Amino acid sequence: MTTVSLTVNGQSVTKDIDPRTLLVQLLREHLRLTGTHVGCDTSQCGACVVHVNGVSVKSCTMLAAQCEGAFVTTIEGIAEGGRLHPMQEAFREHHGLQCGYCTPGMIMSAIDIVNRKGTALDEATVRHELEGNICRCTGYHNIVKAVIAGAEAMGGGMRQAAE
Amino acid sequence: MYAFEFHRPTSLRQAANLLAKAEDGRVLAGGQSLLPMMKLRLASPGTVIDLGGVPGMTGIERKGRSLVIGAMTRHAEVENSPVVKEAIPALAHLVSVLGDPAVRNRGTIGGSLANNDPSADYPAACLALGATIVTNRRRIAADEFFQGVFTTALEEGEIIVKVSFPVPSRAGYEKFRHPASRFALAGVFVAKRGGEVRVAVTGAGDSGVFRWEAAETALQGRFVPKSLDGLKPSTDGMNSDIHADAAYRAHLVAVMARRAVEKALRR
Repeated sequence: MTTVSLTVNGQSVTKDIDPRTLLVQLLREHLRLTGTHVGCDTSQCGACVVHVNGVSVKSCTMLAAQCEGAFVTTIEGIAEGGRLHPMQEAFREHHGLQCGYCTPGMIMSAIDIVNRKGTALDEATVRHELEGNICRCTGYHNIVKAVIAGAEAMGGGMRQAAE
Repeated sequence: MYAFEFHRPTSLRQAANLLAKAEDGRVLAGGQSLLPMMKLRLASPGTVIDLGGVPGMTGIERKGRSLVIGAMTRHAEVENSPVVKEAIPALAHLVSVLGDPAVRNRGTIGGSLANNDPSADYPAACLALGATIVTNRRRIAADEFFQGVFTTALEEGEIIVKVSFPVPSRAGYEKFRHPASRFALAGVFVAKRGGEVRVAVTGAGDSGVFRWEAAETALQGRFVPKSLDGLKPSTDGMNSDIHADAAYRAHLVAVMARRAVEKALRR
């Protein structure tokens, strides 16, 4: 057993774990944060994407023990005060999902794209940047629309549009 | 994956001691190759030594005529580094077409080199640029470092600390990616420094990254794509699998080499 202390969605967590526990297992099975999904379990599909210290990672390909002292944000941690995050809202508005399995990873990757590339995104950039997230409903068209709109909203664009 | 003992040392010396003591120990850098292999039970180390807590192993620095990158530097940092883009833009490009954004946020240069996957990108850059791999014990020239599929000159208890790349006058990397895995079906890195031209090929050879000497000789005459006209590597020693047979890979190498030279000249 090994002990790991980290911050998950703003809350301090200390757990005794088997060293082979993956970050996604710690989140889902130990902390019951089941919003993060396991799709392929081979770091291809991106359903398990969370943020570690502010950047996107595939939580199926990181040991929980590697997260000592880290700040982890999952899909459960991005809404504020009962209001969806602008990117979540955009996915709802643009129907950026069909079955919804890939959606948590899509949204966490989308926020990471905005953090790196800014709030004015074009379609080609979004499609390229989402290459590590796979939707087997093949619903990419609306996902791309949602990411572009969500990015704009994160920059304050949605409020302008509403006014 | 199978059970293992986990250590998170806080100095390089401590990491090396743990590695020397451990029976069947493996160093964990970014984990983007080792962890998938452990999950598939292709690797089952008894001890895993995480370098994540060792200070001083990251960073990118221009030192005179060389670019020095710490072994634990993440791919995303290399991809976005103004220092790398200025010194060796081909290297920044190479990293930008490796894996996907989330993988690049974790994966490291040291991990990639120590693993020496026959389809990995970094080995091609190291070999073509004539890099020096610096470990906790010695300095190893790229020409000696890569010794076959998943095999390197690293000895028991040896840990990569940094990599030093001589800055070339021109360099280019072109890769034909497998669309699902994003690994190279064939990737060619060309580099020109002074009168010397080096051409390194990854993804294609059945014993890992290799130098294509005929192309080097041709480009030494004149460093233009036309110098490669009619040139194609032998299919002997080319990898053949369900994704591409040897003849197709040889063809891809020739095409990627021309494109890499075009790219190198565009700067």
